[in-house]
Amino acid sequence: MSLGEHVKRFSSRSVSMLKHYQAKVPSGIWQECPHCHASFYFKRAGQYRVCPECGYGFRVTAHRRLKMLTKQFEEWDTDLETKDPTEFPDYDRKIKKAQSATHLKDGVITGRAIIEDYPVALGIMDPLFIMGSLGTANGERITRMFEKATDQQLPVVLFTASGGARMQEGIYSLMQMAKISQAVNNHAAAGLAYIAVIMDPTTGGVTASFASQADITLAEPKALFGFTGKRVIEQTINKQLPDDFQSVENSYKRGFIDEIVSREEIPHRLGQLLSILEAKKWGDAK
Amino acid sequence: MTDTQSIIAGARSDRKANVYEIIDQLLTDFYELHGDHIVGDDPAVIAGLAKLSGFPVAVIATQKGNSLEDRMATHFGSPEPAGYRKSLRVMKLAEKLNFPIITLINTPGAYPGADAEASGQGQMIAKNISEMLKLKVPILTVIIGEAGSGGALALACSDQIWMFENSMYSVLSPEGFASIMWKDAHLADKAAKLMRLTPDWLLKQHAIHRVIPENMLTDGSLKTAMTGAIHDLAHQDVSKLLKKRADFFRRF
Repeated sequence: MSLGEHVKRFSSRSVSMLKHYQAKVPSGIWQECPHCHASFYFKRAGQYRVCPECGYGFRVTAHRRLKMLTKQFEEWDTDLETKDPTEFPDYDRKIKKAQSATHLKDGVITGRAIIEDYPVALGIMDPLFIMGSLGTANGERITRMFEKATDQQLPVVLFTASGGARMQEGIYSLMQMAKISQAVNNHAAAGLAYIAVIMDPTTGGVTASFASQADITLAEPKALFGFTGKRVIEQTINKQLPDDFQSVENSYKRGFIDEIVSREEIPHRLGQLLSILEAKKWGDAK
Repeated sequence: MTDTQSIIAGARSDRKANVYEIIDQLLTDFYELHGDHIVGDDPAVIAGLAKLSGFPVAVIATQKGNSLEDRMATHFGSPEPAGYRKSLRVMKLAEKLNFPIITLINTPGAYPGADAEASGQGQMIAKNISEMLKLKVPILTVIIGEAGSGGALALACSDQIWMFENSMYSVLSPEGFASIMWKDAHLADKAAKLMRLTPDWLLKQHAIHRVIPENMLTDGSLKTAMTGAIHDLAHQDVSKLLKKRADFFRRF
Protein backbone atom coordinates (compact mmCIF):
# COMPACT_ATOMS: atom_id res chain seq x y z
CA MET A 1 0.00 0.00 0.00
CA SER A 2 1.39 3.37 -0.98
CA LEU A 3 1.74 6.20 1.45
CA GLY A 4 -0.98 8.16 -0.37
CA GLU A 5 -3.45 5.32 0.09
CA HIS A 6 -2.54 5.05 3.75
CA VAL A 7 -3.27 8.72 4.30
CA LYS A 8 -6.55 8.47 2.40
CA ARG A 9 -7.75 5.47 4.40
CA PHE A 10 -6.64 6.95 7.67
CA SER A 11 -8.32 10.32 7.08
CA SER A 12 -11.61 8.90 5.85
CA ARG A 13 -11.68 6.70 8.92
CA SER A 14 -11.02 9.57 11.30
CA VAL A 15 -13.70 11.71 9.67
CA SER A 16 -16.29 9.01 10.15
CA MET A 17 -15.11 8.41 13.74
CA LEU A 18 -15.32 12.12 14.44
CA LYS A 19 -18.85 12.26 13.10
CA HIS A 20 -19.73 9.27 15.21
CA TYR A 21 -18.49 10.92 18.39
CA GLN A 22 -19.92 14.33 17.51
CA ALA A 23 -23.36 12.79 17.23
CA LYS A 24 -23.06 11.70 20.87
CA VAL A 25 -22.40 15.25 22.14
CA PRO A 26 -25.70 16.98 22.97
CA SER A 27 -26.12 20.16 20.93
CA GLY A 28 -25.50 23.41 22.79
CA ILE A 29 -22.75 21.96 25.00
CA TRP A 30 -20.02 23.20 22.71
CA GLN A 31 -20.54 26.75 21.52
CA GLU A 32 -18.94 28.97 18.94
CA CYS A 33 -18.66 32.72 19.38
CA PRO A 34 -20.22 34.43 16.34
CA HIS A 35 -17.75 37.27 16.77
CA CYS A 36 -14.29 35.69 17.26
CA HIS A 37 -15.30 32.13 16.30
CA ALA A 38 -13.64 30.65 19.36
CA SER A 39 -15.22 27.35 20.46
CA PHE A 40 -15.78 26.65 24.14
CA TYR A 41 -17.75 24.58 26.63
CA PHE A 42 -21.04 26.48 27.06
CA LYS A 43 -20.70 26.93 30.82
CA ARG A 44 -17.65 29.12 30.30
CA ALA A 45 -19.97 31.85 28.96
CA GLY A 46 -21.29 32.09 32.51
CA GLN A 47 -24.55 33.58 33.74
CA TYR A 48 -24.01 36.72 31.62
CA ARG A 49 -23.59 34.69 28.42
CA VAL A 50 -20.34 36.34 27.35
CA CYS A 51 -17.64 34.82 25.12
CA PRO A 52 -14.70 33.92 27.43
CA GLU A 53 -12.23 34.75 24.64
CA CYS A 54 -13.32 38.13 23.24
CA GLY A 55 -16.01 39.46 25.57
CA TYR A 56 -18.82 39.46 23.00
CA GLY A 57 -22.22 39.20 24.68
CA PHE A 58 -24.48 36.56 23.18
CA ARG A 59 -27.95 37.67 22.09
CA VAL A 60 -30.39 36.82 24.86
CA THR A 61 -34.13 37.27 25.29
CA ALA A 62 -35.39 40.43 26.94
CA HIS A 63 -36.58 38.43 29.95
CA ARG A 64 -33.15 36.91 30.47
CA ARG A 65 -31.56 40.34 30.11
CA LEU A 66 -33.93 41.75 32.70
CA LYS A 67 -32.74 39.14 35.21
CA MET A 68 -29.17 40.36 34.70
CA LEU A 69 -30.21 43.90 35.64
CA THR A 70 -32.69 43.95 38.46
CA LYS A 71 -35.12 41.95 40.55
CA GLN A 72 -37.44 44.90 41.11
CA PHE A 73 -39.56 45.40 38.05
CA GLU A 74 -43.19 46.33 37.49
CA GLU A 75 -44.13 45.67 33.88
CA TRP A 76 -46.19 48.07 31.75
CA ASP A 77 -48.43 47.55 28.71
CA THR A 78 -48.03 43.78 28.47
CA ASP A 79 -50.98 43.25 26.11
CA LEU A 80 -49.94 45.31 23.08
CA GLU A 81 -49.96 43.19 19.96
CA THR A 82 -49.70 44.06 16.27
CA LYS A 83 -52.91 44.39 14.25
CA ASP A 84 -51.08 43.54 11.01
CA PRO A 85 -51.79 46.95 9.46
CA THR A 86 -50.72 46.10 5.91
CA GLU A 87 -52.29 42.61 5.93
CA PHE A 88 -48.98 41.07 5.02
CA PRO A 89 -49.05 37.43 3.89
CA ASP A 90 -47.98 34.90 6.53
CA TYR A 91 -47.16 37.63 9.05
CA ASP A 92 -49.51 36.29 11.74
CA ARG A 93 -47.73 32.93 11.67
CA LYS A 94 -44.34 34.64 12.02
CA ILE A 95 -45.63 36.65 14.98
CA LYS A 96 -46.95 33.55 16.75
CA LYS A 97 -43.61 31.81 16.32
CA ALA A 98 -41.72 34.80 17.73
CA GLN A 99 -44.17 35.06 20.62
CA SER A 100 -43.60 31.48 21.70
CA ALA A 101 -39.82 31.81 21.35
CA THR A 102 -39.59 34.95 23.50
CA HIS A 103 -42.70 34.78 25.74
CA LEU A 104 -43.49 38.33 24.63
CA LYS A 105 -46.38 39.81 22.63
CA ASP A 106 -43.86 41.80 20.62
CA GLY A 107 -40.17 42.66 20.68
CA VAL A 108 -39.74 44.74 23.86
CA ILE A 109 -40.44 44.73 27.58
CA THR A 110 -40.99 47.99 29.40
CA GLY A 111 -41.76 48.96 32.94
CA ARG A 112 -40.71 50.67 36.13
CA ALA A 113 -37.53 49.23 37.56
CA ILE A 114 -35.16 49.86 40.40
CA ILE A 115 -31.54 49.79 39.25
CA GLU A 116 -28.98 50.10 42.04
CA ASP A 117 -31.56 51.86 44.25
CA TYR A 118 -32.70 54.29 41.55
CA PRO A 119 -36.20 54.14 40.05
CA VAL A 120 -36.16 54.30 36.26
CA ALA A 121 -38.36 53.59 33.28
CA LEU A 122 -36.66 50.56 31.76
CA GLY A 123 -37.03 49.20 28.24
CA ILE A 124 -35.32 46.11 26.84
CA MET A 125 -35.68 45.21 23.18
CA ASP A 126 -35.59 41.53 22.29
CA PRO A 127 -33.21 40.67 19.45
CA LEU A 128 -34.85 37.26 19.11
CA PHE A 129 -38.33 38.62 18.27
CA ILE A 130 -38.20 38.88 14.44
CA MET A 131 -34.67 40.33 14.82
CA GLY A 132 -35.95 42.95 17.25
CA SER A 133 -37.51 44.73 14.29
CA LEU A 134 -39.56 47.85 14.98
CA GLY A 135 -43.29 47.48 14.42
CA THR A 136 -46.48 49.09 15.69
CA ALA A 137 -46.74 47.05 18.91
CA ASN A 138 -43.20 47.42 20.26
CA GLY A 139 -43.13 50.98 18.88
CA GLU A 140 -46.26 51.83 20.84
CA ARG A 141 -44.85 50.22 23.96
CA ILE A 142 -41.64 52.23 23.75
CA THR A 143 -43.64 55.41 23.11
CA ARG A 144 -45.82 54.77 26.17
CA MET A 145 -42.72 54.08 28.23
CA PHE A 146 -41.36 57.54 27.42
CA GLU A 147 -44.79 59.08 28.07
CA LYS A 148 -45.16 57.34 31.43
CA ALA A 149 -41.59 58.28 32.34
CA THR A 150 -42.42 61.91 31.54
CA ASP A 151 -45.57 61.80 33.69
CA GLN A 152 -43.79 60.07 36.57
CA GLN A 153 -40.64 62.20 36.27
CA LEU A 154 -38.44 59.14 35.73
CA PRO A 155 -35.22 58.86 33.74
CA VAL A 156 -35.28 56.32 30.91
CA VAL A 157 -32.82 53.46 30.43
CA LEU A 158 -33.38 51.73 27.10
CA PHE A 159 -31.49 48.67 25.86
CA THR A 160 -31.68 48.70 22.06
CA ALA A 161 -31.40 45.73 19.72
CA SER A 162 -33.02 45.72 16.34
CA GLY A 163 -32.62 44.67 12.74
CA GLY A 164 -34.40 47.96 11.88
CA ALA A 165 -37.87 48.64 10.57
CA ARG A 166 -40.28 45.69 10.45
CA MET A 167 -40.77 45.21 6.72
CA GLN A 168 -44.13 43.47 7.19
CA GLU A 169 -45.61 46.65 8.69
CA GLY A 170 -44.52 48.97 5.87
CA ILE A 171 -45.19 52.67 6.35
CA TYR A 172 -46.57 51.97 9.85
CA SER A 173 -43.10 50.84 10.85
CA LEU A 174 -41.50 53.99 9.40
CA MET A 175 -44.00 56.16 11.30
CA GLN A 176 -42.87 54.59 14.61
CA MET A 177 -39.58 56.44 14.18
CA ALA A 178 -41.35 59.81 14.23
CA LYS A 179 -43.81 58.74 16.92
CA ILE A 180 -41.12 57.56 19.34
CA SER A 181 -38.88 60.56 18.54
CA GLN A 182 -41.73 62.85 19.57
CA ALA A 183 -42.09 61.00 22.89
CA VAL A 184 -38.32 61.26 23.41
CA ASN A 185 -38.55 65.00 22.70
CA ASN A 186 -41.30 65.48 25.29
CA HIS A 187 -39.33 63.49 27.86
CA ALA A 188 -36.25 65.62 27.14
CA ALA A 189 -38.27 68.85 27.34
CA ALA A 190 -39.27 67.86 30.89
CA GLY A 191 -35.58 67.90 31.80
CA LEU A 192 -35.37 64.16 32.28
CA ALA A 193 -32.36 62.02 31.36
CA TYR A 194 -32.29 59.24 28.77
CA ILE A 195 -29.56 56.58 28.71
CA ALA A 196 -29.36 54.19 25.77
CA VAL A 197 -27.42 50.93 25.93
CA ILE A 198 -26.57 49.67 22.45
CA MET A 199 -26.81 45.88 22.26
CA ASP A 200 -26.02 43.54 19.39
CA PRO A 201 -27.33 44.32 16.81
CA THR A 202 -28.71 47.87 16.69
CA THR A 203 -29.35 48.93 13.10
CA GLY A 204 -31.62 50.59 10.53
CA GLY A 205 -34.56 52.70 11.62
CA VAL A 206 -33.82 52.19 15.30
CA THR A 207 -30.31 53.61 14.87
CA ALA A 208 -31.84 56.39 12.75
CA SER A 209 -34.19 57.40 15.55
CA PHE A 210 -34.38 56.75 19.30
CA ALA A 211 -31.16 54.69 19.67
CA SER A 212 -29.27 57.82 18.58
CA GLN A 213 -31.28 60.35 20.58
CA ALA A 214 -30.08 59.54 24.09
CA ASP A 215 -28.20 61.94 26.36
CA ILE A 216 -25.70 59.25 27.28
CA THR A 217 -24.97 56.28 25.07
CA LEU A 218 -23.35 53.11 26.41
CA ALA A 219 -22.67 49.97 24.40
CA GLU A 220 -21.82 46.33 24.93
CA PRO A 221 -18.46 45.08 23.67
CA LYS A 222 -18.32 43.91 20.04
CA ALA A 223 -21.98 44.79 19.39
CA LEU A 224 -22.93 45.78 15.85
CA PHE A 225 -24.21 49.37 15.57
CA GLY A 226 -25.03 50.90 12.21
CA PHE A 227 -27.67 52.22 9.86
CA THR A 228 -27.30 50.47 6.49
CA GLY A 229 -26.58 46.74 6.37
CA LYS A 230 -22.97 45.89 5.58
CA ARG A 231 -23.95 43.76 2.58
CA VAL A 232 -25.87 46.67 1.02
CA ILE A 233 -22.94 49.05 1.53
CA GLU A 234 -20.55 46.54 -0.04
CA GLN A 235 -22.82 46.16 -3.05
CA THR A 236 -23.12 49.94 -3.38
CA ILE A 237 -19.41 50.72 -3.28
CA ASN A 238 -18.35 47.42 -4.85
CA LYS A 239 -15.77 46.80 -2.16
CA GLN A 240 -15.41 44.45 0.80
CA LEU A 241 -15.51 46.08 4.23
CA PRO A 242 -13.62 44.87 7.29
CA ASP A 243 -15.63 42.63 9.65
CA ASP A 244 -15.55 45.22 12.43
CA PHE A 245 -16.70 48.11 10.19
CA GLN A 246 -19.86 48.66 12.23
CA SER A 247 -18.56 47.52 15.62
CA VAL A 248 -19.30 49.73 18.62
CA GLU A 249 -15.52 49.90 19.11
CA ASN A 250 -15.35 51.78 15.79
CA SER A 251 -18.42 53.87 16.63
CA TYR A 252 -16.68 54.82 19.86
CA LYS A 253 -13.59 55.95 17.95
CA ARG A 254 -15.78 57.99 15.60
CA GLY A 255 -17.36 59.73 18.58
CA PHE A 256 -20.88 58.29 18.70
CA ILE A 257 -20.65 56.38 21.98
CA ASP A 258 -19.72 57.50 25.50
CA GLU A 259 -18.43 54.19 26.84
CA ILE A 260 -18.25 50.50 26.06
CA VAL A 261 -19.19 48.57 29.18
CA SER A 262 -19.03 44.82 29.79
CA ARG A 263 -22.38 43.13 30.37
CA GLU A 264 -21.51 42.31 33.95
CA GLU A 265 -20.55 45.91 34.74
CA ILE A 266 -23.65 47.55 33.20
CA PRO A 267 -25.90 47.69 36.30
CA HIS A 268 -23.10 49.20 38.34
CA ARG A 269 -22.29 51.75 35.64
CA LEU A 270 -25.97 52.73 35.36
CA GLY A 271 -26.03 53.18 39.13
CA GLN A 272 -22.97 55.42 38.95
CA LEU A 273 -24.56 57.58 36.26
CA LEU A 274 -27.95 57.71 37.96
CA SER A 275 -26.33 58.84 41.21
CA ILE A 276 -25.20 61.99 39.38
CA LEU A 277 -28.22 62.43 37.10
CA GLU A 278 -30.70 62.00 39.95
CA ALA A 279 -28.77 63.92 42.59
CA LYS A 280 -30.56 66.78 44.32
CA LYS A 281 -29.96 69.91 42.23
CA TRP A 282 -28.46 73.23 43.27
CA GLY A 283 -31.12 75.49 44.62
CA ASP A 284 -33.63 72.66 45.13
CA ALA A 285 -35.61 72.97 48.35
CA LYS A 286 -34.92 70.26 50.96
CA MET B 1 -48.24 46.95 -16.18
CA THR B 2 -50.19 46.87 -12.91
CA ASP B 3 -51.28 50.10 -11.23
CA THR B 4 -48.44 49.83 -8.73
CA GLN B 5 -45.87 49.26 -11.46
CA SER B 6 -47.09 52.25 -13.46
CA ILE B 7 -47.00 54.44 -10.33
CA ILE B 8 -43.41 53.36 -9.66
CA ALA B 9 -42.45 54.02 -13.28
CA GLY B 10 -44.07 57.47 -13.05
CA ALA B 11 -42.38 58.19 -9.72
CA ARG B 12 -38.99 57.33 -11.21
CA SER B 13 -39.51 59.07 -14.55
CA ASP B 14 -36.82 61.40 -15.85
CA ARG B 15 -39.32 64.26 -15.91
CA LYS B 16 -39.13 64.38 -12.12
CA ALA B 17 -35.38 64.02 -11.82
CA ASN B 18 -34.51 67.71 -11.97
CA VAL B 19 -36.03 69.43 -8.98
CA TYR B 20 -34.70 72.86 -10.05
CA GLU B 21 -37.38 72.86 -12.76
CA ILE B 22 -40.06 72.07 -10.18
CA ILE B 23 -38.76 74.82 -7.88
CA ASP B 24 -38.99 77.22 -10.85
CA GLN B 25 -42.60 76.24 -11.46
CA LEU B 26 -43.62 76.79 -7.84
CA LEU B 27 -41.41 79.55 -6.44
CA THR B 28 -39.79 82.83 -7.44
CA ASP B 29 -36.55 84.56 -6.41
CA PHE B 30 -34.92 81.24 -5.45
CA TYR B 31 -31.54 81.82 -3.85
CA GLU B 32 -29.59 78.61 -3.28
CA LEU B 33 -27.52 78.18 -0.14
CA HIS B 34 -24.57 75.83 -0.09
CA GLY B 35 -22.88 73.57 2.39
CA ASP B 36 -23.55 72.33 5.89
CA HIS B 37 -20.97 74.90 7.09
CA ILE B 38 -19.20 72.09 8.91
CA VAL B 39 -17.57 69.69 6.48
CA GLY B 40 -19.16 69.67 3.05
CA ASP B 41 -21.81 70.42 0.47
CA ASP B 42 -23.97 67.51 -0.65
CA PRO B 43 -25.42 68.07 -4.15
CA ALA B 44 -28.20 65.54 -3.40
CA VAL B 45 -29.82 68.12 -1.12
CA ILE B 46 -30.73 71.53 -2.50
CA ALA B 47 -31.61 74.19 0.02
CA GLY B 48 -32.31 77.86 -0.18
CA LEU B 49 -34.63 80.80 0.32
CA ALA B 50 -37.36 81.84 -2.09
CA LYS B 51 -40.82 83.33 -2.38
CA LEU B 52 -44.15 81.58 -2.75
CA SER B 53 -46.80 83.96 -4.12
CA GLY B 54 -44.69 86.85 -2.86
CA PHE B 55 -44.17 85.56 0.68
CA PRO B 56 -40.79 84.27 1.92
CA VAL B 57 -40.18 80.56 2.42
CA ALA B 58 -37.24 78.20 2.88
CA VAL B 59 -37.11 75.30 0.48
CA ILE B 60 -35.27 72.01 0.86
CA ALA B 61 -35.33 69.44 -1.91
CA THR B 62 -33.62 66.24 -2.91
CA GLN B 63 -32.13 66.23 -6.38
CA LYS B 64 -31.44 63.26 -8.66
CA GLY B 65 -30.35 65.18 -11.74
CA ASN B 66 -30.70 64.27 -15.41
CA SER B 67 -27.13 63.89 -16.63
CA LEU B 68 -24.95 60.94 -15.74
CA GLU B 69 -22.47 63.25 -13.96
CA ASP B 70 -25.23 64.74 -11.82
CA ARG B 71 -26.59 61.34 -10.99
CA MET B 72 -23.19 60.09 -9.94
CA ALA B 73 -22.64 63.20 -7.81
CA THR B 74 -26.04 62.96 -6.12
CA HIS B 75 -26.01 59.13 -5.95
CA PHE B 76 -29.41 59.25 -7.69
CA GLY B 77 -30.77 61.64 -5.13
CA SER B 78 -29.51 59.84 -2.03
CA PRO B 79 -28.30 62.31 0.61
CA GLU B 80 -25.18 61.89 2.71
CA PRO B 81 -24.86 63.12 6.30
CA ALA B 82 -23.64 66.50 5.01
CA GLY B 83 -26.91 66.80 3.08
CA TYR B 84 -28.96 66.24 6.21
CA ARG B 85 -26.81 68.74 8.07
CA LYS B 86 -27.39 71.29 5.29
CA SER B 87 -31.10 70.60 5.48
CA LEU B 88 -31.15 71.10 9.26
CA ARG B 89 -29.07 74.25 9.01
CA VAL B 90 -31.54 75.84 6.58
CA MET B 91 -34.55 74.64 8.58
CA LYS B 92 -33.10 76.32 11.68
CA LEU B 93 -32.52 79.48 9.67
CA ALA B 94 -36.15 79.39 8.54
CA GLU B 95 -37.27 79.03 12.15
CA LYS B 96 -35.18 82.02 13.17
CA LEU B 97 -36.55 84.16 10.34
CA ASN B 98 -40.09 82.81 10.86
CA PHE B 99 -40.29 81.52 7.29
CA PRO B 100 -42.46 78.48 6.51
CA ILE B 101 -40.54 75.47 5.14
CA ILE B 102 -41.30 73.55 1.97
CA THR B 103 -39.61 70.18 1.41
CA LEU B 104 -39.73 68.50 -2.00
CA ILE B 105 -38.82 64.82 -1.86
CA ASN B 106 -37.53 62.51 -4.54
CA THR B 107 -35.11 60.07 -2.99
CA PRO B 108 -34.83 56.28 -2.84
CA GLY B 109 -33.28 56.76 0.62
CA ALA B 110 -30.15 57.91 2.39
CA TYR B 111 -26.94 57.01 0.53
CA PRO B 112 -25.67 53.58 1.64
CA GLY B 113 -21.98 54.37 1.22
CA ALA B 114 -19.15 53.45 3.58
CA ASP B 115 -18.13 57.05 4.32
CA ALA B 116 -21.75 58.08 4.85
CA GLU B 117 -22.20 55.21 7.28
CA ALA B 118 -18.98 55.95 9.14
CA SER B 119 -19.75 59.64 9.48
CA GLY B 120 -23.11 59.04 11.12
CA GLN B 121 -25.86 58.66 8.52
CA GLY B 122 -28.19 57.06 11.08
CA GLN B 123 -27.34 59.62 13.75
CA MET B 124 -28.02 62.56 11.40
CA ILE B 125 -31.40 61.17 10.37
CA ALA B 126 -32.27 60.64 14.05
CA LYS B 127 -31.32 64.24 14.79
CA ASN B 128 -33.25 65.70 11.87
CA ILE B 129 -36.41 63.79 12.76
CA SER B 130 -36.13 65.02 16.33
CA GLU B 131 -35.45 68.64 15.32
CA MET B 132 -38.14 68.80 12.62
CA LEU B 133 -40.77 67.79 15.15
CA LYS B 134 -39.78 70.84 17.22
CA LEU B 135 -39.58 73.53 14.51
CA LYS B 136 -41.85 76.45 15.35
CA VAL B 137 -42.71 77.24 11.72
CA PRO B 138 -45.14 75.51 9.34
CA ILE B 139 -43.68 72.69 7.21
CA LEU B 140 -45.26 71.48 3.98
CA THR B 141 -43.84 68.39 2.26
CA VAL B 142 -44.54 67.40 -1.32
CA ILE B 143 -43.42 63.93 -2.38
CA ILE B 144 -42.54 64.40 -6.02
CA GLY B 145 -41.30 60.94 -6.99
CA GLU B 146 -39.73 58.43 -4.63
CA ALA B 147 -39.70 58.71 -0.85
CA GLY B 148 -37.91 55.79 0.73
CA SER B 149 -37.02 54.93 4.30
CA GLY B 150 -35.63 57.06 7.10
CA GLY B 151 -33.78 59.08 4.47
CA ALA B 152 -37.15 60.45 3.31
CA LEU B 153 -38.72 60.65 6.78
CA ALA B 154 -35.86 62.95 7.82
CA LEU B 155 -37.44 65.53 5.46
CA ALA B 156 -41.08 64.63 6.07
CA CYS B 157 -41.87 65.18 9.77
CA SER B 158 -44.20 67.91 8.59
CA ASP B 159 -47.59 69.55 9.15
CA GLN B 160 -48.85 68.66 5.69
CA ILE B 161 -47.59 65.78 3.55
CA TRP B 162 -48.79 65.74 -0.04
CA MET B 163 -48.03 63.20 -2.76
CA PHE B 164 -48.25 63.35 -6.52
CA GLU B 165 -50.50 60.72 -8.11
CA ASN B 166 -47.39 59.10 -9.55
CA SER B 167 -45.22 58.97 -6.48
CA MET B 168 -44.39 56.43 -3.79
CA TYR B 169 -43.65 56.50 -0.07
CA SER B 170 -42.38 53.42 1.71
CA VAL B 171 -40.37 51.99 4.56
CA LEU B 172 -37.65 51.04 2.06
CA SER B 173 -37.19 50.97 -1.72
CA PRO B 174 -38.79 47.87 -3.32
CA GLU B 175 -35.27 46.64 -4.16
CA GLY B 176 -34.12 47.02 -0.55
CA PHE B 177 -37.30 45.38 0.70
CA ALA B 178 -36.80 42.38 -1.60
CA SER B 179 -33.18 42.15 -0.56
CA ILE B 180 -34.10 42.00 3.13
CA MET B 181 -37.12 39.71 2.80
CA TRP B 182 -35.84 37.28 0.19
CA LYS B 183 -32.15 38.21 -0.18
CA ASP B 184 -32.76 39.05 -3.84
CA ALA B 185 -33.12 42.64 -5.05
CA HIS B 186 -34.45 41.37 -8.39
CA LEU B 187 -37.74 40.50 -6.75
CA ALA B 188 -38.57 44.21 -6.48
CA ASP B 189 -41.78 43.83 -8.50
CA LYS B 190 -43.07 41.18 -6.12
CA ALA B 191 -42.07 43.43 -3.19
CA ALA B 192 -43.80 46.49 -4.63
CA LYS B 193 -47.12 44.63 -4.78
CA LEU B 194 -46.96 43.79 -1.08
CA MET B 195 -45.54 47.09 0.13
CA ARG B 196 -48.60 49.30 -0.25
CA LEU B 197 -46.56 52.32 -1.24
CA THR B 198 -49.19 54.02 -3.43
CA PRO B 199 -50.69 57.44 -2.61
CA ASP B 200 -54.31 56.28 -2.51
CA TRP B 201 -53.62 53.57 0.09
CA LEU B 202 -51.43 55.89 2.16
CA LEU B 203 -54.16 58.55 2.11
CA LYS B 204 -56.70 55.99 3.39
CA GLN B 205 -54.32 55.21 6.27
CA HIS B 206 -53.93 58.96 6.98
CA ALA B 207 -50.18 58.60 6.47
CA ILE B 208 -50.39 61.59 4.10
CA HIS B 209 -52.80 64.49 3.78
CA ARG B 210 -53.47 64.88 0.10
CA VAL B 211 -52.94 63.31 -3.34
CA ILE B 212 -52.11 65.75 -6.13
CA PRO B 213 -53.00 65.07 -9.76
CA GLU B 214 -49.89 65.41 -11.95
CA ASN B 215 -51.29 68.30 -14.01
CA MET B 216 -51.58 70.55 -10.95
CA LEU B 217 -47.88 71.34 -11.26
CA THR B 218 -48.08 72.59 -14.84
CA ASP B 219 -51.41 74.41 -14.68
CA GLY B 220 -50.35 76.44 -11.64
CA SER B 221 -53.03 75.11 -9.30
CA LEU B 222 -50.48 73.35 -7.06
CA LYS B 223 -48.85 76.68 -6.35
CA THR B 224 -52.23 78.12 -5.41
CA ALA B 225 -53.03 75.16 -3.19
CA MET B 226 -49.65 75.39 -1.43
CA THR B 227 -50.09 79.10 -0.85
CA GLY B 228 -53.50 78.48 0.72
CA ALA B 229 -52.26 75.65 2.91
CA ILE B 230 -49.23 77.55 4.21
CA HIS B 231 -51.39 80.61 4.79
CA ASP B 232 -53.69 78.53 7.00
CA LEU B 233 -50.79 76.91 8.87
CA ALA B 234 -49.04 80.24 9.40
CA HIS B 235 -52.12 81.64 11.10
CA GLN B 236 -52.26 78.85 13.63
CA ASP B 237 -50.99 79.31 17.12
CA VAL B 238 -47.50 77.72 17.34
CA SER B 239 -48.30 75.42 20.25
CA LYS B 240 -51.39 74.20 18.40
CA LEU B 241 -49.35 73.65 15.26
CA LEU B 242 -46.77 71.54 17.12
CA LYS B 243 -49.47 69.60 18.95
CA LYS B 244 -51.18 68.72 15.66
CA ARG B 245 -47.87 67.71 14.09
CA ALA B 246 -47.16 65.41 17.04
CA ASP B 247 -50.70 63.97 17.06
CA PHE B 248 -50.44 63.07 13.40
CA PHE B 249 -47.57 60.66 14.08
CA ARG B 250 -48.89 59.57 17.49
CA ARG B 251 -51.79 57.70 15.90
CA PHE B 252 -49.59 55.05 14.26
